Amino acid sequence: MTPLLQVENIAKFYGARIGCTDVSFDLYPGEVMGIVGESGSGKSTLLNCLAGHLPPDRGAVRFDTRAEGLKDTITMSEPERRMLGRTDWAFVHQHARDGLRMSVSAGGNVGERLMAVNARHYGDIRAEAIDWLGRVEITEDRIDDRPTAFSGGMQQRLQIARNLVTGPRLVFMDEPTGGLDVSVQARLLDLLRGLVREMNLSAIIVTHDLAVVRLLADRLMVMKDGHVIETGLTDQVLDDPQHAYTQLLVSSVLQV
Amino acid sequence: MYVAVKGGERAIDNAHAWLAEERRGDTSIPELSIEQIREQMALAVNRVMAEGSLYDPDLAALAIKQARGDLIEAIFLIRAYRTTLPRFGGSEPISTEDMACDRRVSATFKDAPGGQVLGPTFDYTHRLLDFKLAADGEVGDAPKAEPNEVRTPHIMSFLDKEDLIQGEPSGQEIPDDLTRTPLELPASRALRLQSLTRGDEGFVLGMAYSTQRGYARNHAFVAELRIGAVAVEMEIPELGFAIEIGEITVTECETVNQFQGSKTQPPQFTRGYGLVFGMTERKAISMALVDRALRWKELGEDNLGAPAQDEEFVLYHCDNIQATGFLEHIKLPHYVDFQSELELIRKLRREAQSNISQEAAE
Amino acid sequence: MSDYNFAYLDEQTKRMIRRAILKGLAIPGYQVPFASREMPMPYGWGTGGVQVSAAVLTPDDTFKVIDQGADDTTNAVSIRRFFQKTAGVAVTEATGEANVIQTRHRIPEAELRADQILVYQVPIPEPLRFLEPSEVETRKMHALEEYGLMHVKLYEDISQHGDIATAYAYPVKVEGRYVMDPSPIPKFDNPKLKMAGIQLFGAGREQRIYAIPPYTEVVSLDFEDYPFQPTKADHACDLCGAEDSYLDELIIDDAGNRMFMCSDTDYCATRRKEGHVGAQGVPYTEDAA
Repeated sequence: MTPLLQVENIAKFYGARIGCTDVSFDLYPGEVMGIVGESGSGKSTLLNCLAGHLPPDRGAVRFDTRAEGLKDTITMSEPERRMLGRTDWAFVHQHARDGLRMSVSAGGNVGERLMAVNARHYGDIRAEAIDWLGRVEITEDRIDDRPTAFSGGMQQRLQIARNLVTGPRLVFMDEPTGGLDVSVQARLLDLLRGLVREMNLSAIIVTHDLAVVRLLADRLMVMKDGHVIETGLTDQVLDDPQHAYTQLLVSSVLQV
Repeated sequence: MYVAVKGGERAIDNAHAWLAEERRGDTSIPELSIEQIREQMALAVNRVMAEGSLYDPDLAALAIKQARGDLIEAIFLIRAYRTTLPRFGGSEPISTEDMACDRRVSATFKDAPGGQVLGPTFDYTHRLLDFKLAADGEVGDAPKAEPNEVRTPHIMSFLDKEDLIQGEPSGQEIPDDLTRTPLELPASRALRLQSLTRGDEGFVLGMAYSTQRGYARNHAFVAELRIGAVAVEMEIPELGFAIEIGEITVTECETVNQFQGSKTQPPQFTRGYGLVFGMTERKAISMALVDRALRWKELGEDNLGAPAQDEEFVLYHCDNIQATGFLEHIKLPHYVDFQSELELIRKLRREAQSNISQEAAE
Repeated sequence: MSDYNFAYLDEQTKRMIRRAILKGLAIPGYQVPFASREMPMPYGWGTGGVQVSAAVLTPDDTFKVIDQGADDTTNAVSIRRFFQKTAGVAVTEATGEANVIQTRHRIPEAELRADQILVYQVPIPEPLRFLEPSEVETRKMHALEEYGLMHVKLYEDISQHGDIATAYAYPVKVEGRYVMDPSPIPKFDNPKLKMAGIQLFGAGREQRIYAIPPYTEVVSLDFEDYPFQPTKADHACDLCGAEDSYLDELIIDDAGNRMFMCSDTDYCATRRKEGHVGAQGVPYTEDAA
């Protein structure tokens, strides 16, 4: 079976400092990969390299494109990459403001990706926006409000709706629950878990929160100082950590 | 019965006649001469030459007279005139190193070869209105000294000898001419500097001031300000060598700004540069500060979101002829566009009203 | 002004402008950068249109200038005079007799022919400018055909006002590829953009030229369920009775009473010469307005 994403030897350096190095893995359709580590571990650098936001210094990121099969996205032309970013790929930012148009209504935000791929019927676009807002638990009466009028949790849910409306196959998430209240986090994770299953999405989630990966990720990569120090099935790694650092991480989680 | 008003042509002619009358003013008062403006309003003439991008004090004086003292209007006249002039070729780069300095000061060193020469500056005057000037502006000769034969090398060259200041790339490439090629972004430093030297003094001053107040502060020191005459040389194809075709006065300002370095590269000072026609100090210093602010990318600095760092914002809005043209065009008739807005708003209000009354009925 | 070259600009400059025009015609709707010259009228007052006209005029041409549809508004008068002095070309107010027509904010009501050129004065050539202030970004959007943002704006209009809230400078898609700003003509004029004549657009201050060759497909942006409507005031011309021309609204007394008349003065005068009389009109006589 062809992997959806094939990552080979990705490395990124900042002068002499290592951003991330020697990262390779395959991701299959429907799989969720969690990347955990503390600040400075290189996980965000890695995510940005994978998602095409940062050019890596080495390595390939091959995506199974609809038309041409596995193709290295690093060497793709800019128009192709931008098209990918609007259709098959999605990116959920840690701060909703980075992933939304704050001066456009919620409906406009969700509808934009549809209009970018030539949806031209206002009624249909609006209906689909309402549908998606409903799926992320935002009521219909908020469709014309601007995101500035939404709470942090709502903004994040709007961002998710905006990203998923064109049915992407791969979603990158950067600390999706960062900065949210605990109950709001829980609700968001539940929502994400449901959507991932429903839409058979693949996802790469970067987080420092082990609870997030426990709930969402099938597989796990632990990073420290730019290196991947442990990888495996989530439950295995969390229940039976092998590397000293992973053991430290797991044992540091507060039991409430 | 409404009769459509015609007569635009006559109105224009009459307006122009009245304008000419106003320009002349009270005919019992002597008319201003070009020479008077050139000699006694030299700093206004300088500004018109600098922003008009044409070095000709007499023409600039004429433009100021014709424009009734509105300097932007005068700059416009010079620019339009410049368009019609044929282009014979380009001169050699002027050598400010060989300038005969009327004024040369440095804020970074107390003294340097060539000395601190104040020149004819306002700097130390007390800004008190001199009522004597209203009646009698004649003055005696200023004290003379022997001409200064000592060489006046650039202050920067001393910093350079110690490798304390980043070098400027020396290029043989002739940069694009901003008045001949459309401005496209990102702009090269040469095009940025061209844009700034002919940009509006007030705008560039404001931008420079903003950097001093913290909008992308870069700690500028005036390493050198020099004003004086430089020779303009041009290579004549028929002769096969360059000859001096004239002399112009320019103001050059070099600033030294905060140093930069890394673990592998020892720190060096960075620079800003300003060069303007005539004795036009304020503009030259402002230009150097804005030049430095716009260099953030090539110096690896952060984009702090300051207006002076935004190349598009600065370069697209510093040209006062473009600015005033577009600003003032809103005086032109726009009644057709406005008509369509009127109709649209009436339609939308009708629809909104009928929605409200429908909902009220329900 | 006899010291100036024909139509003011030197031949090199005209050649440069013509190259830009040809490129614009080859890529309909694409904004071609050009090195705009300073002209004797201010930027923002038609220098782009003037430079384009100067580049295409020949000594045998007949030239017409209109502003807001009228030949005798002061700006039209000023530009017409400029070309009379610097080019010595014949001038006319009759649309049908002109080879080159320079216009600000209107398309003439009379259908243009294949031997006519319409030169538009353009203030802001970039249709995406009000959504995206950065020129670097908008050029990329055009290059990559990323026009989603344009439709987001239309969507927002409908969700806020119930209808698309653009009344003039209504954006169009040219030949199925480039989104273009047709200059601030009322949207009523948009259907005329598909014509037999050549259309050239000049933006002097912004330094762009673009063009629409004859019979090119020009579609006003809309939604399937909110189709584009070229609207005008629901009146007929009070002078000539025309029901199909764009109307100016005039306030005629302190009580706020108004009357409507054709914005295109030549169209109106021609109709009145042919005997048409509107609700407040009087039969045409030679020396009346």
